[in-house]
Amino acid sequence: MPKIIVEVMPKADLLDPQGKAVANALHRKGYGKIQNVRIGKRIEIHLAEAPTEEDLQGAAEIAESFLSNGVIEDVVNIHVED
Amino acid sequence: MKIGVVTFPGTLDDRDAARAVRIAGAEVVPLWHADENLRKVDAVVLPGGFSYGDYLRCGAIAAQAPITRAIVDAAKGGLPVLGICNGFQVLVESHLLPGGLIRNEHQHFICRDQRLRVENIDTAWTNAYQLNEEITIPLKNAEGGYIASAEDLKRLEGEGLVAFRYLNGNPNGSMNDIAGLRNERGNVVGLMPHPEHAVEPGFGPDGSAAMRSGLDGLKIFESVIKSVLEA
Repeated sequence: MPKIIVEVMPKADLLDPQGKAVANALHRKGYGKIQNVRIGKRIEIHLAEAPTEEDLQGAAEIAESFLSNGVIEDVVNIHVED
Repeated sequence: MKIGVVTFPGTLDDRDAARAVRIAGAEVVPLWHADENLRKVDAVVLPGGFSYGDYLRCGAIAAQAPITRAIVDAAKGGLPVLGICNGFQVLVESHLLPGGLIRNEHQHFICRDQRLRVENIDTAWTNAYQLNEEITIPLKNAEGGYIASAEDLKRLEGEGLVAFRYLNGNPNGSMNDIAGLRNERGNVVGLMPHPEHAVEPGFGPDGSAAMRSGLDGLKIFESVIKSVLEA
């Protein structure tokens, strides 16, 4: 099924508590080389048919206006997968 | 005098908010998230708790609810709207107030009686306080860290739009110790702590006179009644 993938990340300069907790756990497991972990969201929008230009434009709009909050997050990628 | 109290799936504090409205002397009109009709209320309270599992971001899905769209339109026309805790999150996600609320800096849920300073009394919800009055009301949140762009923060401070500020220590990492905001018009106010839990003797924060005697939240609800009657 064709899908539009939207990826959202917390802004680089903001604390990401999830990422911090995971990084701490990985350090405890012995992965000392890991400097930092950041966790974002991958949102899949499933469509019946391959997305048109219009669909992609719509996805970009909802990615900015609803799927992310520009104060705290960035949309880092929008792409299509089969 | 009718004050609407909204219930979303997951709202916890609608009954306490309704009780606070009644104690202050107004009639409560329950408003349901799926309704579009504000039922001729004179003001609206968006209470705390959660909404739609707080999926995506706290308040993000509630900001798209039919009742919220109606409230946003009415707020732009001057309807007094108060957002408490999750309701504050709904107000920022609806863009009625600027900025965002993120996970507490220390990553823990916090629940305590919180000292605040009322820094702006020219609003529908704070006019019964004295300027710079210090009050104590309960705070209970996990996502209460207020953030805004440097530009917005400067504007909020410059235009006196900070309505409440945390005292005696910042509980959640909020920028500039911001606990609550007002909009330019003064009809929309949002705050993280819970005034509705400090309105009735025996159930509020500990006061100087007696345990559980704190009633500092009541003036929020008295303010809006006064403001509607004088309008």
